[in-house]
Amino acid sequence: MIAENVVDLSRWQFAATSLYHFLFVPLTLGLSFLLAIMESTYVMTGKEIYKDMTQFWGKLFGINFALGVTTGLTMEFEFGMNWSYFSHYVGDVFGAPLAIEGLMAFFLESTFVGLFFFGWDKLGKGQHLLITWLVALGSNLSALWILVANGWMQNPVGADFNYETMRMEITSFSSLLFNPAAQVKFVHTVAAGYTTASAFVLAISAYYMLKGRDAAFAQRSYTIAAGFGLAAILSVIVLGDESGYTDGEVQKVKLAAIEAEWHTEAAPAAFTAIGIPDQDAMETRYAVKIPWVLGLIGTRSVDEPITGLTEILEKNRLRVRNGMKAYALLHELRQGKRDDVTLTEFDRYKTDLGYGLLLKRYTEAVVDATDQQIELAAQYSLPRVVPLFWTFRAMVACGFIMLAVFVFAVIASSIRRCRQTWLLKLSLYTLPLPWIACETGWFVAEFGRQPWTIAEILPTFLSASSLTELDLYLSLAGYLGLYTVFLIIEMFLMLKFIKLGPSSLHKGRYHFEIAKGAAL
Amino acid sequence: MIFDYETLRLIWWALLGALLIGFAITGGFDLGVAILLPFLGKNDTERRVIINSIGATWEGNQVWFVTAGGALFAAWPMAYSVAFSGFYFALLLTLFALFMRPIGFDYRSKLPSQRWRSNWDIALFVGGFIPALIFGVAFGNLLEGVPFHFDDEMRSFYTGSFWALLNPFALLAGLISVSMLIMHGAVFLQIKTVDAINQRCKQMVTVFALITMALFALAGIWIANINGYQITSEILPNAPSNPLTKIVTKGLGLWLANYAHYPVLWAIPGLAFIAGSATIILSKIKRPGLAFISSSLTLTSVILTAGVSMFPFLMPSSSVMNSSLTVWDASSSLTTLKIMFWVTMVFLPIIIIYTSWVFRVLRGKITQEHIHNNDHSAY
Repeated sequence: MIAENVVDLSRWQFAATSLYHFLFVPLTLGLSFLLAIMESTYVMTGKEIYKDMTQFWGKLFGINFALGVTTGLTMEFEFGMNWSYFSHYVGDVFGAPLAIEGLMAFFLESTFVGLFFFGWDKLGKGQHLLITWLVALGSNLSALWILVANGWMQNPVGADFNYETMRMEITSFSSLLFNPAAQVKFVHTVAAGYTTASAFVLAISAYYMLKGRDAAFAQRSYTIAAGFGLAAILSVIVLGDESGYTDGEVQKVKLAAIEAEWHTEAAPAAFTAIGIPDQDAMETRYAVKIPWVLGLIGTRSVDEPITGLTEILEKNRLRVRNGMKAYALLHELRQGKRDDVTLTEFDRYKTDLGYGLLLKRYTEAVVDATDQQIELAAQYSLPRVVPLFWTFRAMVACGFIMLAVFVFAVIASSIRRCRQTWLLKLSLYTLPLPWIACETGWFVAEFGRQPWTIAEILPTFLSASSLTELDLYLSLAGYLGLYTVFLIIEMFLMLKFIKLGPSSLHKGRYHFEIAKGAAL
Repeated sequence: MIFDYETLRLIWWALLGALLIGFAITGGFDLGVAILLPFLGKNDTERRVIINSIGATWEGNQVWFVTAGGALFAAWPMAYSVAFSGFYFALLLTLFALFMRPIGFDYRSKLPSQRWRSNWDIALFVGGFIPALIFGVAFGNLLEGVPFHFDDEMRSFYTGSFWALLNPFALLAGLISVSMLIMHGAVFLQIKTVDAINQRCKQMVTVFALITMALFALAGIWIANINGYQITSEILPNAPSNPLTKIVTKGLGLWLANYAHYPVLWAIPGLAFIAGSATIILSKIKRPGLAFISSSLTLTSVILTAGVSMFPFLMPSSSVMNSSLTVWDASSSLTTLKIMFWVTMVFLPIIIIYTSWVFRVLRGKITQEHIHNNDHSAY
């Protein structure tokens, strides 16, 4: 058994490095597309200003991209370094999409990103545009494969446990690829990236307009960001709620936890807009409920009930007991007792093997678990409601505020060429919201999966490497130290170039290069 | 085409080798150039020439490494999980050093301050030197065997320490890696530069090709005197991947057993010396393009020499030898190897085609004039 502290520290490290990585990823996903749109406009209209836009926002893209690449490498290393039992137990399935990501997406993105920056004079207009689109395609394909891998952690389809190798193995690659959990996550995540980048361009363009600088440049950027952003935020919201109703037992648990749905109610269930959930009492105090809404969102029907946590817990008690049987049979198989009866029995119970493994938290032997330990394991199979309840609401609130901002921005830029100070200020202050939404969204998805790394198959506390506490403190300190320094440097450069604006391109036609007030 | 498990395992051993060699040839010269940066660039403009000779392409080159890591995870999950958790601090150090590269390249010339720039030059040097050294050290340790074992639920335990990785033989392997990548980087720089830097590159090629060959010969003598490993039980190349069913013994000079069985294999280390010498000559007679090919061949033969010595071992265990990971018992399932084989067969040629195209677009020398003309856009 690995010490509980080692597991906790490994989790902290993984959460910290993923959340940090995810500060840069959404902007890369979205900005690469915005660059492609700006450059397409340049190629179609032939107006130099769109080339300047591509190059200036491309400069900011580059500063962000560098840290995205830097911190992405950590993720690939960490599975093996810190989650070695996970890597062994599911590498046969989970490794494949990661390797394909490298071959199909990361190569594409990284090979062409150099040409994007340094190929302006060496390529024809059309060729360079193609490169920019390929960079956008590469980064988005990258997200696809990562989310195929992550979707499988949430809803592990197309794989089976092999007792001879002690691990999960692929049975159907197409189920892995077309996993509904993965598809929904992909669409939701890339759309969140487009929203982030749009809010970024919108806010900075608003800043230039508020300062009265580079009006033509800022207005065009603002308009493109507003349009793209509105489409993106609508996709996030409309396709986002689908994350709730897709297949997978743990996804259902997650939904019940997010909504603090303690008991199954008569369909269609009401949506708890706000309240104070209390996990021990299994009730939500001061709940403000909106009738029907949860049933509609969660099941897309008026007659299907949404299972409450109490009912899930009841079912899981039985599954832990079945898991004990599966674990006992596994041991017989591993020790060479491979007769037909044992194999048939194992096949019958092996879907609950993971629930049996939950008992390892309370007893090493598993098969000798007491009723009290079984109860503890069943309780442990549910995630903690309070953090999920609140982070989910924070994410949704950010989403709806951004929706309002993008609606105003689109209206303003289509009628009055967006000069209202209040709207520009609002656009500027919206800047942190997409990041808050992305980080809380990550938290809801991954914390909501607990106590599992692979839903219902492998508990998190068994997944970690056999390291010592000291190992973890040292590596955690290293990451925190370096990442803090990197963030300071990145923010410093970002702010410097944002303040400089398109003048940083040295084209001789922007604010700091020409007399103040002169027309563009 | 129908492949059996045995064939696919062999193919994946070869493909992992191919990805590592791909990284050594492409990402390898980037590492070498970064190591040379503070020594060959005498002033800021010269340093920018050096940086920009690889600036537009290093990112794609590094993906060979990322993909090799991904392929190790997908095709050899046990080797990935045991090696990455066992070599924890070595990998952490590599990772931290590699961090310096994306930001080093992108951020260095964004500000004019000399202090800012020379700090990033140090960071870029570290980002080249540490990974080059540790890749070699890791290979050295694999050859010596790594202290690890499994419990009966296949959880792995590493029982060595970080400092034990830095033993004399492993450090020798590390130096071979560093010197051959410096040679390779210098050859590449010779292609991309003119005048003074170009001259200095030629000297570097000669010096480091000689050092590489001398150290490689030393390692060859040394390896006959360290323990190698062999499987003494029956080999079941089509069985499910369970490393605990075989018997392994160790003995002096066993790493030369494959060469003794198939003497034709001596051609591989032999080629390292021929290609290494050719690199010196071709560089001297100002044919850096050909020198690059022969330098690539040198790296390929050095890596293959180590791989062939160990075959079929991927990662021998020095503490509980029967836990050793081999080509026959540490792979993914047949289905995964098959899927990944076809994915690789489709995408690897495409990658090679577009990478070659990008290099063609960006061909030509990087001069000081180029840096002056692109002061604000170049790295």
